[in-house]
Amino acid sequence: MTAYTTIVQALRETIREIMRADDRVFCLGEDIGVFGGAYRVTEGLYEEFGPERIRDTAISEIAIAGAAIGAAMTGLLPIAEFQFNDFFFCAMDQVCNQAAKSHLMFGGQASVPVVFRAPIGATGRAAQHSQSLEALFMHVPGLKVVMPSTPYDARGLLRTAIYDPNPVIMLEHKQLYGATSPGGKAKSAVDEMQAYMRPAPAEEYAIPFGQAEVKRAGTDVTVVATSLMVHRALKLADRLATDGLSVEVIDPRTLVPLDTETILRSVEKTHRIVIVHEAHERCGFGAEVAAVVAEEGLDLLDAPIKRVASLNTPMPFAPKCEDYVLPNNGRILDAIRAVTV
Amino acid sequence: MDSDALLRELAPARLLQAYRKMVEIRRFEEKVFHLFSTEPMPGPLHQYNGQEAVAVGVCEHLTRDDYVTSTHRGHGHCIAKGADINKMMAELFARDGGSCRAMGGSMHLADFSVGMLGAVAIVGGGIPIAVGAALSAKLRGTGQVAVAFFGDGAINEGAFHESINMAAADKLPVLFVCENNLYGFSTALSRVVANERLWERAAGYGCPGEAVDGNDVLAVYAAAGRAVARARAGEGPTLLECKTYRQRGHSRFEKPTYRTREEEEAWKARDPIPTFARRLTAAGITTDAALETVDAKVDRMLDAAVAFARQCPEPAADLALCLAFAEGDRK
Repeated sequence: MTAYTTIVQALRETIREIMRADDRVFCLGEDIGVFGGAYRVTEGLYEEFGPERIRDTAISEIAIAGAAIGAAMTGLLPIAEFQFNDFFFCAMDQVCNQAAKSHLMFGGQASVPVVFRAPIGATGRAAQHSQSLEALFMHVPGLKVVMPSTPYDARGLLRTAIYDPNPVIMLEHKQLYGATSPGGKAKSAVDEMQAYMRPAPAEEYAIPFGQAEVKRAGTDVTVVATSLMVHRALKLADRLATDGLSVEVIDPRTLVPLDTETILRSVEKTHRIVIVHEAHERCGFGAEVAAVVAEEGLDLLDAPIKRVASLNTPMPFAPKCEDYVLPNNGRILDAIRAVTV
Repeated sequence: MDSDALLRELAPARLLQAYRKMVEIRRFEEKVFHLFSTEPMPGPLHQYNGQEAVAVGVCEHLTRDDYVTSTHRGHGHCIAKGADINKMMAELFARDGGSCRAMGGSMHLADFSVGMLGAVAIVGGGIPIAVGAALSAKLRGTGQVAVAFFGDGAINEGAFHESINMAAADKLPVLFVCENNLYGFSTALSRVVANERLWERAAGYGCPGEAVDGNDVLAVYAAAGRAVARARAGEGPTLLECKTYRQRGHSRFEKPTYRTREEEEAWKARDPIPTFARRLTAAGITTDAALETVDAKVDRMLDAAVAFARQCPEPAADLALCLAFAEGDRK
């Protein structure tokens, strides 16, 4: 059977097969229909499902989010796309005050089974189209947060997300899609990391939330990485293996719920941990993992916990400056070496 | 049909039902005010006294399958939509057994069993959700309509703009019911908008807008009837600006120092309940004695609601953890 070799394909075909089987599922967002989506996730779906189920909306993030929430509360299973995750800020009341809180606030009467998908990550587009906002959503109880790094994970996690009775934020790295926007500006990192892009089989499957995956087993140091950084960590692990250093790379896949057990079990073995994510360092996902390890596994550690993340400044435009702010290979290597000397 | 024609044409039972619903809301608010004045009741309180004709005039057109979203001032919308009053009262007492199991309180009453999709306390926050419910009704082909109740404060939120534009563009079956009570908390509408004819905004979105006497339940009923018919016929949304007045302060025991006594008295003279009662008796539809019987029945119902609330247990302290996420899946 054909496998899906890119994330964009895995997402698209999963949406397609679920929409074919389940009338409750529909998509809405900016430029997702006639145009096929800024990153092509919904390409061809408008032709198959038509304008009612693949809904091109006005540039109105509040209304997109609210329409999805209201539809989810009343029996449908919407997939709302934010063209860039930076645009979530326009709709934060709907996402964080409404979707996240309705289940508890109404005493369990409401559930909001909506998926909010959005591209994340820096690709030379400066401060307002480069962010990775997972930590914001992790901080709001009631939201689940998912970050697939391979076609295999994207396909399995999306199916779980669509049928989860809670709002799920699914953040997809632009460089991992395996497709570029028609403008052609977005860099794709896929070619150089093909070896790690586990393809998705055509048969249906779901990946339960809260199960991290050890993407590479190792014994000397644990690297917890998300999204694009999973691939960067894997590549560096290959390189370090030739120096005789055994790196274990863990991809949590879902940040809420977070599989802390797999992380702690790994630290039990390696006694060292480096957390790598593209989002800014301050109060990021890494801070949460560091806190969990410090609280529950301090005596396992033989070295300080290290975080490698974007520096605490808005993303600059100049490629040279962007690379400096991002968690580049040099900083990741420095951190790994610092804890393994 | 206008208000006077409706008084002649509507079945007496229909008219008396509207009267009773308004009285239920008013007496509920008075009962709650008394409780908050005499007992250590938890939480904030935003009362609907004076605006009853709006919720009732609109909801009398809805079935239990239709949807409404509401605001921090939501008691009236809940009662008008047929929410369980015992559970509403228990919620105000912060008891498990309340509408929201004591997780929401006065600002978040909801009764999904009758299409009351919840009161949200972020101004304007419920409007997009009503649009979503309307979209859902359209996609499922059910003929249901949705109503977003909100105030003159919310109409200046971006959520209103995005929502009504989307609803108009997609011809969604939704009513935008703006209760213009002249003040957003303390700030007079006239100080924050250049055009106080809020209904005129509808034209900018390409849908009908209408100004209504929000203290005349039959005027609201007439306008809402046109809007609901349009929505059910697939012709899209309507903006209704219901001009009304909140008799109490913005919240709890706040004294409205920003209003004049003359203004308050002028609106008091137009109180929607006694004015409707006078019209009903003058038209020979009912008698003062019969209306007093209605009032007494409602009072007994509310006494029972308070008794129900008092015997409900408090929630377990960790209930909030159990309700952080919905369980299961939606397959």
